[in-house]
Amino acid sequence: MKFRTLAVAVSLAALGAGAVSAAGEPQVERQEMMKKVGGAMGALSGIAKGEKPYDAEIVKASLTTMGEVARAFPEQFPAGTETGAETEASPKIWEAPEDFKAKADQLAADAQAALASLPADQAGVGAALGAIGKNCGGCHEVYRVKK
Amino acid sequence: MTLRKIATGLVVAAVLAVPAFLYVTAPKRLAADAWAAAGEPDLANGERIFHAGGCSSCHAAPGAADGEKTVLSGGLALKSPFGTFHVPNISPDETAGIGAWTLAEFGDAMMRGTGRNGEHLYPSFPYASYSRMTVGDVSDLYAYLRTLPKSGNVAPDHDLPFPFNIRLSLGGWKLLYLDDAPRLTLANADEKVRHGQYLVEGPGHCGECHTPRDILGGLKTDQWLAGGPNPEGEGRIPNITPREGGFGSWSEGDIVSYLETGFTPEFDSVGGAMVAVQKNMAALPAEDREAIAAYLKAVPAR
Repeated sequence: MKFRTLAVAVSLAALGAGAVSAAGEPQVERQEMMKKVGGAMGALSGIAKGEKPYDAEIVKASLTTMGEVARAFPEQFPAGTETGAETEASPKIWEAPEDFKAKADQLAADAQAALASLPADQAGVGAALGAIGKNCGGCHEVYRVKK
Repeated sequence: MTLRKIATGLVVAAVLAVPAFLYVTAPKRLAADAWAAAGEPDLANGERIFHAGGCSSCHAAPGAADGEKTVLSGGLALKSPFGTFHVPNISPDETAGIGAWTLAEFGDAMMRGTGRNGEHLYPSFPYASYSRMTVGDVSDLYAYLRTLPKSGNVAPDHDLPFPFNIRLSLGGWKLLYLDDAPRLTLANADEKVRHGQYLVEGPGHCGECHTPRDILGGLKTDQWLAGGPNPEGEGRIPNITPREGGFGSWSEGDIVSYLETGFTPEFDSVGGAMVAVQKNMAALPAEDREAIAAYLKAVPAR
């Protein structure tokens, strides 16, 4: 292989690796995770409001997503990620990491509880949403700073 | 005219200016008979105004749980560019709170920023918005507050550096920024929009966070509700005018739903200081949220 081709190939590979790691940066990852939770909330809300028909698979998938995000979320805040990627993470996350994790754990527990006794109809989904939805504002009130 | 006469004239003018300033900017009170027109208090309306006015957001103890928000013990520290304000106890306790205040004294504080001893109050208490409230609503709120639990808590004095610790200077601030005229003239406003205007510009005092401020801490009313830096420190407060590409993409129904549930059309969640506000909005009757939404769709986009 000619040296120049090799050099270009190596540069492209490095760029690709760079792009992947940028996408994998905690600041970006955690924003994507929150969007997933928003999507799950939207799906459940559609059912609860009667806009969409009840679908057990969607309910299961939405609650599972929320639980998975809640468990993985606190790990996306290592030291050094306080800024970057227009993060709206409040400095308080690093000042009170135990409380921050406790809030994530509460969301995980509530999602798990709803999954265990899977809501079977529109009303059940509404009730589950009410219990789970309290977690959102409670965490955002302290740990999110609007930019 | 000799130089000496001119100099003497200037000195006299300067000396007279101080009492003149103090006279012109003396704390105002409503007419004594204004409160007679309020009639019998309506406690249910008082409770509604309590939520619309967001009293508990500042006056409840810091970190109070949802069920404790009617204990208005004060103590919250409000940081600002002018120093730190310590929110007072407004529970009906006769010594530590406002239990001994008359309706007129309460109303003068709410609507003119005049304290019980005739002193100017700092506009961190949003009387510059509450001035737009009706005498009836203030009277109902006064009656409702008297039904709430007493607290013996005494908050510290405000912690303000010179010159902001000179209360008399607030007279000048009020001359510039205190009035009760509508913030906007909306052509063809129907009853719902007018009601929303009252709620937002008056008890809701939304503009106090959602409108940017000038160097003296007065609202830049030409950018009404256009958002700006958070007056309490961190981050920004959103623009809630119907700007294209921004809040304008929300329908009236989206706004109503957000006020009721705290969820945006994308199911992002309310955060920061707005969480307490949204909980208050959720406690209002539905037609109040609908009126607020209608007004927000009607204000000029900035």
